[in-house]
Amino acid sequence: MALLSFERKYRVRGGTLIGGDLFDFWVGPFYVGFFGVTTAFFAALGTALILYGAAIGPTWNIWQISIAPPDLSYGLALAPLKEGGLWQIITVCALGAFVSWALREVEICRKLGIGYHVPFAFSFAIFAYATLVVFRPLLLGAWGNGFPYGIFSHLDWVSNVGYQYLHFHYNPAHMIAVSFFFTTTLALSLHGGLILSAANPGAAIDEPGKQAEVKTPEYEDTFFRDIIGYSIGTLGIHRLGLVLALNAGFWSAVCIIISGPFWNKGWPQWWSWWLELPIWR
Amino acid sequence: MKLWLPFAASAGALLAVASFVGAGWDAPPVASEQLGFRGTGMFQHKDIETEAALKAANVVPPAPWQADPSGDKASDLYQNVQVLGHLSGDQFNQLMAAMTEWVSPEAGCNYCHNPENLASDEVYQKVVARRMIQMTQTINVDWKSHVAETGVTCYTCHRGKGVPAQVWSSSLEPKPAGNMTSNRNGQNVVAVNAGNSSLPQNALMDYLLGDKPIRVHANTALPTGVNTVGTMETEGTWSLMMHMSESLGVNCTACHNTRAFNDWDQSPPQRVTAWHGIKLARHLNVTYMEGLTPVFPANRKGPEGDVLKIGCATCHNGVQKPLYGVSMLKDYVDAVAVKGSTDVPDFSTYVPGKTEVLGGAATSVTQP
Repeated sequence: MALLSFERKYRVRGGTLIGGDLFDFWVGPFYVGFFGVTTAFFAALGTALILYGAAIGPTWNIWQISIAPPDLSYGLALAPLKEGGLWQIITVCALGAFVSWALREVEICRKLGIGYHVPFAFSFAIFAYATLVVFRPLLLGAWGNGFPYGIFSHLDWVSNVGYQYLHFHYNPAHMIAVSFFFTTTLALSLHGGLILSAANPGAAIDEPGKQAEVKTPEYEDTFFRDIIGYSIGTLGIHRLGLVLALNAGFWSAVCIIISGPFWNKGWPQWWSWWLELPIWR
Repeated sequence: MKLWLPFAASAGALLAVASFVGAGWDAPPVASEQLGFRGTGMFQHKDIETEAALKAANVVPPAPWQADPSGDKASDLYQNVQVLGHLSGDQFNQLMAAMTEWVSPEAGCNYCHNPENLASDEVYQKVVARRMIQMTQTINVDWKSHVAETGVTCYTCHRGKGVPAQVWSSSLEPKPAGNMTSNRNGQNVVAVNAGNSSLPQNALMDYLLGDKPIRVHANTALPTGVNTVGTMETEGTWSLMMHMSESLGVNCTACHNTRAFNDWDQSPPQRVTAWHGIKLARHLNVTYMEGLTPVFPANRKGPEGDVLKIGCATCHNGVQKPLYGVSMLKDYVDAVAVKGSTDVPDFSTYVPGKTEVLGGAATSVTQP
């Protein structure tokens, strides 16, 4: 059903990955689908378990609630509920909810007949999370290497894990990831500024008191050609933005998975290969 | 033809290969140790192969023989025994034999002694060795806050070498190119004593010889004007901490919960031992090493002409507890676990070959 009476009928039957017509309907504005149901299930169960963990924990202070992973001594085994087992189940719920959400996006893409760019992009975020709480703990041999679920506590974890390598800014993949994060924000702000400038041209020069006409992409292209000699174009800027953002997430995952499983010294020491290049050794 | 692209691509590929091959990556599995409450991220991960090599390289050598404490005193048997005179002859010779293995296994007795006259002080190494014995006794008697009952011997640092492998001195290398590169504020080169980072390269001069304040942490979230130290002081502290971490083969979480570096209540107890260790290294450098400056020849000094000094790595050699905490003291209790004379000769008037008489200057100050 179209949202507006004159709209084309976008809400079509089919395109589901699993279950055929089961759950192939909308509730208000939301498409449900099989994966909508699993998203709701995992999200509700995970949230309830977090609330349970908070209830048996020492505080209701929203900043200080923390669901910590098990001790390293449990290795890759299941831990008792109150000693990290909660964290393990919540992690399963989180991954279940995130993956379900991505697959629900896929089904919507299939209904609309559009590309899978949105679920593809979201999958990088899921990949980064899975790297932190599944892949790296697997490589290190203990679930205890995951980060705790708490607003302050996960920041404290990041601090300590960084200082496990004495100076994390020397991590080469961290350098690349940070550069992509900054470049992403730079590109987004340039793009946002450009679109707003074309859409809000201000007062007309030749007609006092009148608003100037909204400008076309040719004006946008000309602005960037004038200032840096090149315009990437209306479609290209979105490709660039996607590439920058996905690389930021991807290299973040790389920078943490190499820390521990593949490197145990201070990150400054990693650069010894540079100091020992045969050119100047 | 534009060649910059293939050249740049080749250079990039070569560097990528070098960073993969030359960096010394580890592969899982790793050895892990949990240092704090679960979920705090206070872990120590170690390369299993490196750890095995360290264990093999840090084994305590056995005593040459069990010394007999009875019999005439060394001071009665031999001439010019100024610090170890209270030992029996057998104990004295046992320590001499052990020291030869610890310090000069190849050069033998002659590393310190004139074989024609063992009592003579003409070899400068003997003058240094006497002072070093006093230093070892001081550490074992006055600095139990750091060395506990494990204690130290010559071997803890020397490991079969005349000069311990891990010593430091002031360094201004590489020299600046000149002009606007001249002032680099003591940093931005490879700081060998700070884990090869670009942090201040001579921070140990400030903290392990001088007593510049190490605590830079503010006690409030927002500035109040009380704590006026800035980035440079903080990087100096960080440089010292890098030295400590690299020396002990540990990361920052061995002594700190990094959410609050300053807070003793949140820190592992090892931080207290380390705090005494900083004081100890400083005391040894000021009282023993600096004082010996006139005795050492130029080739036994650093590039800037200062005496080679003691850092955390000198004893620890990459291990959190030197020699994995195995004590050697039990075989040498009377020799190095009690104090002999603590007098100091006047090294400022040092003349090579002349017998040094203890008490020429003041008694060495001990301040544990």
